[in-house]
Amino acid sequence: MTGASVPGAGGVGSGGVPVPARVARRPRGRVPVGLVVAWLVVGLVLLWAVVPGLFTAYDPIAGVPAEKLRPPGAGHLFGTDAVGRDVFARVVHGSVHSLSGALVAVGVGLLLGTLLGLLAGAAGGVADAAVMRVVDVLLSVPGLLLALTVIILLGPGTVNVAIAVGIGSVAAFARLARAEVVRVRRTDYVEAAFGSGGRFGAVLWRHVLPNSLGPVVALAALQFGAAILAISTLGFLGYGAEPPTPEWGLLIAEGRNYLATSWWLTTLPGAVVVAVVLAAGRISRSIGRERG
Amino acid sequence: MTRYLLSRAGQAALVLWAAFTASYVLLQLLPGDSILIKFQNPELGLSPQQIAEIRAYYAGASPLADYAHTLLGFLTGSFGYSIDTGTPVVERLAEALPETARLASAAFLLAVVIAVVIAFAASYSSASWLRGALLSVPSLFISVPAFWLGILLIQIFSFRLRLVPVIGGSEVQQLVLPVLTLAVPISAPIAQVLARAIDQVYAQPFVPVIAAKGASRWWILWRHVARNAVLPTLTVAGLTLGELIAGSVVTETVFGRAGIGRLTEQAVNAQDTPVMLAVVVLAAAVFVLVNLLVDVLFPILDPRLKGAAA
Repeated sequence: MTGASVPGAGGVGSGGVPVPARVARRPRGRVPVGLVVAWLVVGLVLLWAVVPGLFTAYDPIAGVPAEKLRPPGAGHLFGTDAVGRDVFARVVHGSVHSLSGALVAVGVGLLLGTLLGLLAGAAGGVADAAVMRVVDVLLSVPGLLLALTVIILLGPGTVNVAIAVGIGSVAAFARLARAEVVRVRRTDYVEAAFGSGGRFGAVLWRHVLPNSLGPVVALAALQFGAAILAISTLGFLGYGAEPPTPEWGLLIAEGRNYLATSWWLTTLPGAVVVAVVLAAGRISRSIGRERG
Repeated sequence: MTRYLLSRAGQAALVLWAAFTASYVLLQLLPGDSILIKFQNPELGLSPQQIAEIRAYYAGASPLADYAHTLLGFLTGSFGYSIDTGTPVVERLAEALPETARLASAAFLLAVVIAVVIAFAASYSSASWLRGALLSVPSLFISVPAFWLGILLIQIFSFRLRLVPVIGGSEVQQLVLPVLTLAVPISAPIAQVLARAIDQVYAQPFVPVIAAKGASRWWILWRHVARNAVLPTLTVAGLTLGELIAGSVVTETVFGRAGIGRLTEQAVNAQDTPVMLAVVVLAAAVFVLVNLLVDVLFPILDPRLKGAAA
C-alpha cells in the first residue's frame, strides 16, 4: 500500500502522510471468517435479486388481509404488514431494486469519475487544475444535497435516484483515480512505453489505466454499499420507487406508522440493509489490501 | 503567512462561486415547472394568459441578467423569493436555521466524544480482540441508515422503555434522540482517522524515548500521542460538517422537527428552486469556510507547518 488507503465514507483519506503503522497482518493459512460471511451475504442477496422465487413462496404485492400484522414466526420469517403481505417476501423481491440501483449509481460514478481523474492525471497542467477545481466544487456540496438537486432536475423515480446518487460519488472516484494515474504516470515502464513510440491514448489504455485501477475497484465496492444506503435513504424520503414496489427504503418508511405495535416492519428490513452495506465495506477493504 | 492566507481565501471564494454557478445553472435547466405546479390548479381559475403574466413576473430580462441579479443578491444577503410560499428565502432560512444549528452543533460535539472514546479505548486496550472489536465499530456506524437508526431509537426509548415521550416533553428530551441519530454516522470517519493517526504517532521514535524515561501509558497517550494526532482528525472533522446539513434532512424528517432539513425536503417536493439554491449554497459555504478555518489553524497548531505554508 503506497499511502493511498481506501478513503472512508465521504472521501476522507487526505493528509498525504505515508501509512506504515500497525497494519494487522493475518497469519498465513487462516480463513478470514468475516470476509467469507461478507461474500455469503452479498451472494445471497444477489440470488434474491435473480431468483426470488427460490427463497419465498409469498407474493410481495398482494397480501392476505386475514393475516395482517403477524409477528415473525415459522410461517412468516419477518412477519406480515398491515395488509397481510409477507415482509420477508417484500425484502427478497425488493433486493433487485436496491442492487440494480446501486449498480447504476456505481457505474455512473466509476465511469465519469475515472474518466475525469484519468484525463486530469494524464494531461496535467491546466486541464488537471480545471478538473480538480470541479471536483472541489462537487466535494463542497454534501452528497445527499447534490442527489436532491439532481432529483429536482430529473424528477423522482428509481433510475433517476440511482443517477443522482452516482453523480454524488463522481468526485471521490475522480480524486482517487487522478492520484493513482499521477503515481503510475511517473513509473519507468510508462516512460519506456512513451519512449518506444507509444501514442498518448494507447499508453494510457494499455499501461496507465490497468495499473491505476486497484484502489479504484476497492472504492467501487465501498461505494456499492454507500449507494445502497443512499438509495434507501432517498426511497425513504419518497423520491424513489412508487408505493406498491417493495423497495427497501420505502418498506421501512411504510412501517413507520406501526412503530408502537409492530417493530418487525421497520427493524428487520433495516437490518438487511445494514448487513449488505457492512458486507460491501468488508469486501472493499480486502480488495484494497490485496491490490492497493 | 499572509500570502498563504490570501491564496487560501481566494481559493475558497472561487469554489463557493463555482458551487453557486453550477447549482444555479443546474436548477435553471429544470424541465419541471414550479410555477405550473403552484398555479395550474383549476380551482385557482387562472387562464393560460394569466399564467404567462405570472411567468413574466418571475422571469428576468435575459438569462445572463438573471444570473447577475441572483449572484448580486447572494452577495448582498438577499436570496430571492420562495416560489412555494412567496416569502423571502432569507426569512425561511432564518426561521429554520436556529433549530438546525442547535441540533447540528450538539450532534457534532457528541460525534467527537464518541470518536475520541472509541479511538482512545482501542489504542489503550492491550487485548487484540478488544482492539479489533472497537476498531470495527466505525464501519458498523457508517453502514447504518440514519433514518432506520432514528426509527429504532424511537422504538426502543419511546415505545419500549418509555424514557422519552413521543409527543411533548422538554426541549432536552426532544433533542436527545435526533442528536444521537445525527451523531452516530458522523462519528465514524472521525474515529477511523483518529485511531489511524494515533497508531502513526505511536510508530514514531520519540514515543519509546518518553516511555524509557518512565512515562505511564496514559500520560504518553494523552500528553504526547493524542496531541500529535489532532491534526489529521481536525481535517476530517471539518469535512464532516457539511454532512451535518445533509444529515439533518433525514433526521428532521424522521423526528418531525422544523429546520433546514425539512425546508430542503419541502423545496424538493415543490421544486422550489430559489430555496434549494440557497440551501445548497449555504451547505457549500459552511463546508468551504470550515475547511478554510482548519487550514488556517494548521500552522498555528503545528509550528512545523509554518515553514511549509509560507
